[in-house]
Amino acid sequence: MSDGGQVRKNRPKQDEETQEETAEGTESVDTSDVDDLLDEIDEVLEENAEEFVKNYVQKGGQ
Amino acid sequence: MAITKYLGTETEFGISVVGRPDFNPVLASSLVVNAYAAEGRHGTRWDYEEENPLRDARGFTQPGAAETAPEEDVGLANSILTNGARFYVDHAHPEYSSPECSNPRDAVIWDKAGERILEVAAARAARSLPVGDPDSPSRVVITKNNTDGKGAAYGMHENYIVDRALPFGELTRQLIPYFVSRQVLVGSGRIGNEYGLSDVPYQISQRADFFEVEVGLETTLKRPIINTRDEPHADPERYRRLHVIVGDANMIEVCTYLKLGATALVLAMAEDRALPPPPTLAEPVRAIHAVSHDVSCTRTVTLEDGRELRAVDLQWHYLEHARKYAEEGRAPEWADDVLATWERLLTAIEDDPLSLDGVVDWVTKYQVLRRYVERDGLDWESSKLKLIDVQYHDVRQDKGLYNRLAAAGRVEQIVTEEEIAHAVHNPPSDTRAYFRGRCLEKYREQVAAAGWDALIFDVGAETLQRVPMMEPGRGGADMTAELIDRSDTAEELLAALRR
Repeated sequence: MSDGGQVRKNRPKQDEETQEETAEGTESVDTSDVDDLLDEIDEVLEENAEEFVKNYVQKGGQ
Repeated sequence: MAITKYLGTETEFGISVVGRPDFNPVLASSLVVNAYAAEGRHGTRWDYEEENPLRDARGFTQPGAAETAPEEDVGLANSILTNGARFYVDHAHPEYSSPECSNPRDAVIWDKAGERILEVAAARAARSLPVGDPDSPSRVVITKNNTDGKGAAYGMHENYIVDRALPFGELTRQLIPYFVSRQVLVGSGRIGNEYGLSDVPYQISQRADFFEVEVGLETTLKRPIINTRDEPHADPERYRRLHVIVGDANMIEVCTYLKLGATALVLAMAEDRALPPPPTLAEPVRAIHAVSHDVSCTRTVTLEDGRELRAVDLQWHYLEHARKYAEEGRAPEWADDVLATWERLLTAIEDDPLSLDGVVDWVTKYQVLRRYVERDGLDWESSKLKLIDVQYHDVRQDKGLYNRLAAAGRVEQIVTEEEIAHAVHNPPSDTRAYFRGRCLEKYREQVAAAGWDALIFDVGAETLQRVPMMEPGRGGADMTAELIDRSDTAEELLAALRR
């Protein structure tokens, strides 16, 4: 195929910009206090996991 | 010049009546839809005149295809909302079809509005359920996902207006490698697989395992990567509506945004012949499964010419060309922001997929599950992990795990709750959905039926009056706001339209 070269990834020209953006994006998302997170999830989870999962049966759709 | 890519999403939501597992899901779905519509209004009939799901884009109408004809669904709950959306029952699921939007960010807003509508509808429907055990009354749980993990799949479909001048075969060739690879950026993730593979405890896409053929008309059996349904819901001489059934429903706004924006750009490039021959896959169906099964995103798939490429390499191919297309000034004005997101996510997926915690659904859910595995020593078969896999997609803002993560600032968001709240009741202002939504809001009693491409009025005359809307971009606020504002009745509106 003649366009073979184009499939190869060109490192983006704006590499530095991209890196900065990535850093910003990650900074705004707080994933540090993992224990707090799991505790918080535990509080809202359906009470009977086994029962819920057993009964969670969907009809096929599109 | 590519045509404006009017676009939207349609989502079949999972539905479960907690406390009444035997409750008929079709009935439960009807209760949910009717509970939302029942605000003292009578229902507006859906107009099926232009519906033909058996018309094939390859130029024929399939005889006896295993698809439910729409007539069979008549009588099920079905409503048209003031935001221009359709909310109805399809295949034992409540389905929300968003109004037509003119750009991917708007489409995210009206997609999210659908989640809020389902949340309200399910809470109202629960009140109409038989009480049963008073200590734990029945509840309706609605999930924006695509599989129950037990062999059933249901869809989130994307719709894009495409120029009919573009041959369907060319569209198919360009899209297959793109669809096979895009899941690494926008998959929603799931526990397990449909093939009994013990080395795939978690995979990238909810839907990938359910695709069995490359191209076809079916949507519920032998699902194809490219669906050929040819129902443009617009001028059929000029337009196709590409009905994309291969994607996952997303909770994270960034994923919905990129999924719609990048796909619309690929379509625009195909229309403008701005893409070289595609990196054709040797076995697309096998490849879509293989890509989904590899959470490291490093495995390669084989091309027809023998080359081995990763999903990220295929995505770079499309992104590079999209960037060039935008640099040449040929892309829509929203493209630069989509390209920046595409590049940021692709770079991160290539370097370290797990760094996209809070940005991409499959990674975010995977990280929560992995932390449970680590802290509690849970097995991937455990009910608790399977519950988390489902409850991540629960639309309730106080119980859904995605919603909890978002509220805690752990997820990147790109639209505001004010914008979503506005979109629950109001249509986009720059498509024909504006006319549909405003007319339903103001003249509901006189709208006898509505469809995507027409409104039918009953103003007491001998015949019903049909207002066709064959151009998705016509009928926005610029054209009709003033007209609707000054017409107190549908008669006045129709008279003004005739002038």
